[in-house]
Amino acid sequence: MAESNHAFVRTAILPPQAPPLTEKGAIRWLRENLFSGWFNTILTLAALWAIYSLVSASLPWWLNGVWNAGSLGECRAIVAERAGPDATGACWAMVRDRWHQFMFGFYPQDQYWRPTIAFGLLFAAITPVLFSGQKRLRTFMLIGVVAFLVATLWLATVPMLPAGLTIILMLAVLALAQVRPAALMWFTVIYPALAFFLLWGGSFWVPAAAMAGLPVLLLAYRLLLPWTGVGIAAGAGIGLALLWWAVLDAPVAAGLARLAPIGLEPVASDRFGGFLLALTIGVTAISFSLPMGILLALGRQSDMLLIKTLSVGFIEFIRGVPLITLLFTASLLLQYFLPPNTNFDLILRVIILVTFFAAAYIAEVIRGGLAALPRGQYEAANALGLDYWSAQRLIIMPQALKIAIPGIVSTFIGLFKDTTLVAFVGLLDPLKGITQIVRADIAWKGIYWEPYIFVGAIFFVICFGMSRYSMYLEQKLKRDHR
Amino acid sequence: MAYAGGVPKPGFRPSMLIYDTRYRSLTIQLIVLVLFAFGVSWLINNVIVNLAAKDRTFDYGFLWNRAGYDINQTLIPYTNDSTHGRALFVGLVNTLVVAALGCFLATVLGVIIGVLRLSQNWLIGRLMTVYVEVFRNIPLLLWILLSFVILTETTPSPRDFRVTDEMIAAGQAPAARMFLNDSVAITNRGMNVPAPLFRRSLGMAGIGEFQISLNFLAIFAVIGASAIVNRRMVRRARAIQEETGVRPVTWWKSLLLLFVPVIALLLALGFHLEYPRMTRFNFSGGIEVLHSFTALLVALVLYTAAFIAEIVRAGIMAIPRGQTEAAFALGLRPGRTMNLIILPQALRVIIPPLISQYLNLTKNTSLAIAVSYMDLRGTLGGVTLNQTGKELESMLLMMLIYLTISLMISSVMNIYNAAVGLKER
Amino acid sequence: MKKSLFFGTLAAASALAGFASADTLADIKARGELLCGTNTGLTGFAAPDANGVYQGFDVAVCKAIAAAVLGDATKVRYVPTTGETRFTALASGEVDLLVRNSTWTFTRDTDLKFDFVAVNYYDGQGFMVKKDLGVSSAKELDGATVCIQTGTTTELNLADFFKANNISYTPVNVADDSEAQRQYVAGACDAYTTDASGLAATRATLPDAENHIILPEIISKEPLGPVVRHGDNNWGDIVRWTFYALVAAEELGITSANVNEIGTSTVNPEIRRILGTEGDMGAMMGLDAEWAKRAIAANGNYGEIFAANIGESTPIGLARGLNAQWTQGGLMYAPPFR
Repeated sequence: MAESNHAFVRTAILPPQAPPLTEKGAIRWLRENLFSGWFNTILTLAALWAIYSLVSASLPWWLNGVWNAGSLGECRAIVAERAGPDATGACWAMVRDRWHQFMFGFYPQDQYWRPTIAFGLLFAAITPVLFSGQKRLRTFMLIGVVAFLVATLWLATVPMLPAGLTIILMLAVLALAQVRPAALMWFTVIYPALAFFLLWGGSFWVPAAAMAGLPVLLLAYRLLLPWTGVGIAAGAGIGLALLWWAVLDAPVAAGLARLAPIGLEPVASDRFGGFLLALTIGVTAISFSLPMGILLALGRQSDMLLIKTLSVGFIEFIRGVPLITLLFTASLLLQYFLPPNTNFDLILRVIILVTFFAAAYIAEVIRGGLAALPRGQYEAANALGLDYWSAQRLIIMPQALKIAIPGIVSTFIGLFKDTTLVAFVGLLDPLKGITQIVRADIAWKGIYWEPYIFVGAIFFVICFGMSRYSMYLEQKLKRDHR
Repeated sequence: MAYAGGVPKPGFRPSMLIYDTRYRSLTIQLIVLVLFAFGVSWLINNVIVNLAAKDRTFDYGFLWNRAGYDINQTLIPYTNDSTHGRALFVGLVNTLVVAALGCFLATVLGVIIGVLRLSQNWLIGRLMTVYVEVFRNIPLLLWILLSFVILTETTPSPRDFRVTDEMIAAGQAPAARMFLNDSVAITNRGMNVPAPLFRRSLGMAGIGEFQISLNFLAIFAVIGASAIVNRRMVRRARAIQEETGVRPVTWWKSLLLLFVPVIALLLALGFHLEYPRMTRFNFSGGIEVLHSFTALLVALVLYTAAFIAEIVRAGIMAIPRGQTEAAFALGLRPGRTMNLIILPQALRVIIPPLISQYLNLTKNTSLAIAVSYMDLRGTLGGVTLNQTGKELESMLLMMLIYLTISLMISSVMNIYNAAVGLKER
Repeated sequence: MKKSLFFGTLAAASALAGFASADTLADIKARGELLCGTNTGLTGFAAPDANGVYQGFDVAVCKAIAAAVLGDATKVRYVPTTGETRFTALASGEVDLLVRNSTWTFTRDTDLKFDFVAVNYYDGQGFMVKKDLGVSSAKELDGATVCIQTGTTTELNLADFFKANNISYTPVNVADDSEAQRQYVAGACDAYTTDASGLAATRATLPDAENHIILPEIISKEPLGPVVRHGDNNWGDIVRWTFYALVAAEELGITSANVNEIGTSTVNPEIRRILGTEGDMGAMMGLDAEWAKRAIAANGNYGEIFAANIGESTPIGLARGLNAQWTQGGLMYAPPFR
C-alpha cells in the first residue's frame, strides 16, 4: 500500500542542471573578479577608461612608426605621406641608425665582439655564485652562454684565434662544471682580469701580472698559517701582494710583453659608453663592493669600539649623501685629496666612488643577513674552538651571504639604474649622455620620446629579469628554512 | 691557601699583545688608529698642498658675496642682489619642499596601490602589478625626464589663453581655458593658482636676512592653540565617558573650536585671493608652480610609491590570518579589526623600510639637475659653484647639508620606530 | 678597512697616473696624445658623429694643435666636459686645454688661475623669439619667460640686462642646448637667450626657421677661446700661436690645398716664416720647423674651418660678422709672425 499510492517515483537521479548564466564561465569570472559590488565596478570602469585613453592616444604613434629614414625630417615626411599631415608617428629609424652607440658608446666598431664576449663570459662567471646548488640549472646556463658566444662569433666578424680560444675556454668550463663544480669558482676569480683584457685590450700580461698578486697572497698565507695566526698570515700575505703590485708588477708585465707580445688593440676608457659603460661600472662596483661590504658589516658588529665607530661612520656618511654628490666628488674633488698632479681616468674615479657607495649598501644588506642568523650558530662555532676568522669563513658567512643574496641582487638593480647618473659628470650613459649626443646631430635634433622608450625598455628587461631571479631565490631560500 | 702563593704572577710579555685575546683587540685598534690618523693627515696634507699649488684658499667668504643670478622658484625673498648664502637657503628650502611633499604624497599613493594590489578585482590587481614593476625597474632619471617632457609638451602655451578683439568680434573662443571658475591656469610653463593675500597684513619680523611672515605665524599659532584646546575637550569627554558611561556630545564644539578662530583671524587680516591674470607674455599674479617642480615631484612620487606599495603589501601579508580571525572571534567589527589589530602590527613591519624609502626620496631630489629645478644642488652646487669656482667648499658644504638632513630624518623616524616597536622582554 | 682602500686607490693612482707636470708639452709628447676638453654635444662646435668621431669648429682647433705638436691631427683624446666640470678638468690636469665655448672673463683669467690664450670666436649674448610674439626689441620683454642655460655667464648677463633696463623676467633654467631648444619650440619660454652663434645654429635647425627672429640687441661680449692652465707659458704660447697661424694663413692666402707647395713657391717672407721654409720659429717654442704647416694642413686655415663647420654653406649658416679678418672689417687679427 505504501508503494502503490505514489503516482510516480523517479528511479534515476536527475542530471545536474546547467548553472545559471551568471554563475558560469566568463560571466561568472567577470562578475566575481571585476564587478563584485559597486566599488569594484567603479574601479574596473575607471581602469578600463584609463587603459582605453592611453591606448587610443598612443596607438597611432606606435602604428605609424618609421624604421627606414635618414633623419627626423625624413621620418616626419614619411609619416605625413602615409597617414596624413596631422598624424604622429614614432621615428625608430634613429634607433636603427644609432643603436650601436646606445649599446657600446664609441667603442671601435670592428672590436664590438670583445665586449660581447666579455658579456657572455660574465654569465659563466656568475653561474657558480647564482646557482650554487643546482647542477641542472648551472649546466643549462653554461650551455646558454656557449650558444650565445657561438652566435656572436658567427654573426660578428671575429678573428679566428680569439674565437677559437673563447670556444675552447667555454668548453673547458662546461666540462669542469660536470666534473668538479667547486672548481668553477676559479673561473669566477680570474674573470675580472679576463674582462679587463677583453674590454680595454693592450698587452695580455698587464692583467695577468696583476692577477699573479693573488697567488702571491695565497702562498704567503698558506706558508705562514701554521706558525702565526690568521691575522698575521693574512696581513703578511696582503702586504706581500701589495709589494708585488707596487714594485714588481709593472716591470714583470713589461718584460713578459717584450718576450711574448700578446695583446689586443688597446681601447681607451673614454670610448666606453651606453649600456657597455653602465654594465662596466655596475658589475665592477658590485663585485669589488662585496668584499668591502663584508668587512664593513663585520666591522659594524665588532666589539672593538674604534673599528665599529669607523665602520658606522663610513656607512652612514655614504648612505647619507646622494650618489650625485659622490659622482661630483669623483670628478671635482678627488684632485684635491690625492697627491698633487696625480690624475687618472674619470671612469676609474667614478668606479671607485660608486664602489664605496655600493659597499655601504651591501654592508647593510649583509648586516641584515648576519642579524638573521640564530645566536646559536655563533655559540656553536665558539664551542667548536674555532677562532674568529675560521668561524666567519666556515660557519657564519656562508649562511649570512645566502640569506643576503636577494638583497644583494636588489642592491645591484638599484646600482645599475643609478649608473645613469654618470651623465652629470660628462660620461656617456645610455639614457642622457648618448641621447644628448644623438640629439646634437643635426639629423636627429628634436627627437625626444624614441630614445627614452628604447633605453627604458632595455633597462626594464634587464632589471625585471634580475628582480624575478631574486624573487625566485627568495622563494627557494624560504623553503630551505622551513 | 697553600696554593695561592704558587700561582705564577701574570707577567707581561710583548707577545701577549698579539696572542692574548685580552690585549689583541687593543693592539688592533691601536694599529687601526695609527693608520686612520695617517690616512686622514695624508688627505689633509694633500688638500693643503693642492690648494697651495693652485694658489687657492679654503674659505667660505664667497657665501657673503652678491650672487648676481636669478632663481625662478623662491619661497623666501631673494633677488639677484642677495648673497650666495641666501641663494643656498633658497635652494635648501626648494629641496626640502620637494622632499617633504614627495614623502607625503608617495606614502598616500603607495598605500593605495599596495592595498589595491591585494584587491579581489582581477583587472585592478594586474594593473597595479604592472605599475609597480614598470616603475621599479626603470631608472628614476628617465621618469623625471619623461614627466617633464609630457608636462611641457601636452599643455597649452600661455598665448592660447589670450582673447583678442578680433576673436571677440568673430565669436571665437580661445584655444585654451582656465579651470575652476577662471582661477587656475595650466600652461606649458607651469600651473598658476590663486595666491593668498592679506589686506591688513601684520608684516614681516625677524633678524637680518631671516624674515618670516607674521601673518602665517599668527595663523599657525591660532590653529595650534585651537587644536590643543580641542584635544583637551575631547580628553575630558572621554574621562566623563569612562566615569559615567555617557559620552557628552562634542562634535559641534570641536567644529566651533577648530574653525571659528581661524576664520575670524582671516577676516581680521583681510584675507583674499589674488587670481592669475593674462598679461603681455604670461600669467601674472597668483602663485606659479613651475613644471620643473611638478615634474620632479610627480616622478619622485610615482617612482617611490611603487616601492612603498611593495612594502605595504608585504607588511599586510606578514600579518597571519589568525589575527583577523581572533579579532572577529572577540566580536570586533572589520573596521576596528583593521585599526586596532592589523594596522599596528603591519606598521611595525612597514616603518623601517619606509624610513629608508624616505631617505632615498630625499637624496633623489638631487636629480633636480635633470630638469634644472633650482634645488640645493642647483644653487650651491650648480650656479654658485660655477660662478665662484669654489668647488671644494661648495661640494663639502653640500654633502654636509645632505648628510644632516638624512641623519635628521633617520633619527626622527627611529624614535618613532622605537615607540611603535615590539616591546620585548 | 678604509685604509686598505686608500692604499688601493694609491696603488691604482700610481699605476695609472699621468703626471701632469709643469711642462705640458713634454707630457703630451710622452703621452703621444693631446687631451682636449670639449662640449658633450653642441652642434657645429663640438659633437661626435655616428662613428664617434668628434667634429666641429672647436674640435678643429684641437686637431690643429695636435698636428702641430704631435704631427698627427687624429692624436687627440676628446674629454667631454659639462658646465660644472670643465674648469676643474683643466685645473686638475685632466685636459691639456679646454676648447669649450668658454667666455674669457676677468675672474676666470685671474681668480681661477687660467690663461685665455686667444679668441677663436667673438660672440655675444642675444635673444631669439617667435615672430608672431610681436616683439622687435629685447627691451619689450618685460614680464617674459626666458630660457637660459645654467652654469654659464649668460645667467649673470641676463640678470644685469633686465636690471639695467628696469624690467622683469622669469628665468627657465635648462641644462643644455637641445633641452633649451625643445622648451623654446614647445613655447615653454617666450625667448631663448644664449650666444648669438648658438641662437643662429638653433634657428637654422628649426623646421620653420622663418617664423623665428633673433632680436637686434646683443647684451654682452662673449669672447670664446681656448683656455690653458696658468703657469706653463710655453704651452700657452704654442696654443696661441698655432691658432694665430690659422688666422694668419687665411689672411695670407695659405689654404689646405696649397699649404704644401706655397712655402717654397712664394716670395712672401712671412708665409715662408710661418711654414718653416725660412727661419726657425718652431724651435723657439720647442717644436720643429713645420709645426704651422701641419696645423694648417689638418683642417685648413681659419676661414676654411669656419666655412666647413658653421659657415653659411652649412645648416648652421653663420655669417662671419665680427669673426671676419680685420682686413674685411672683422676682429680676427693675427699678430705678426716675426
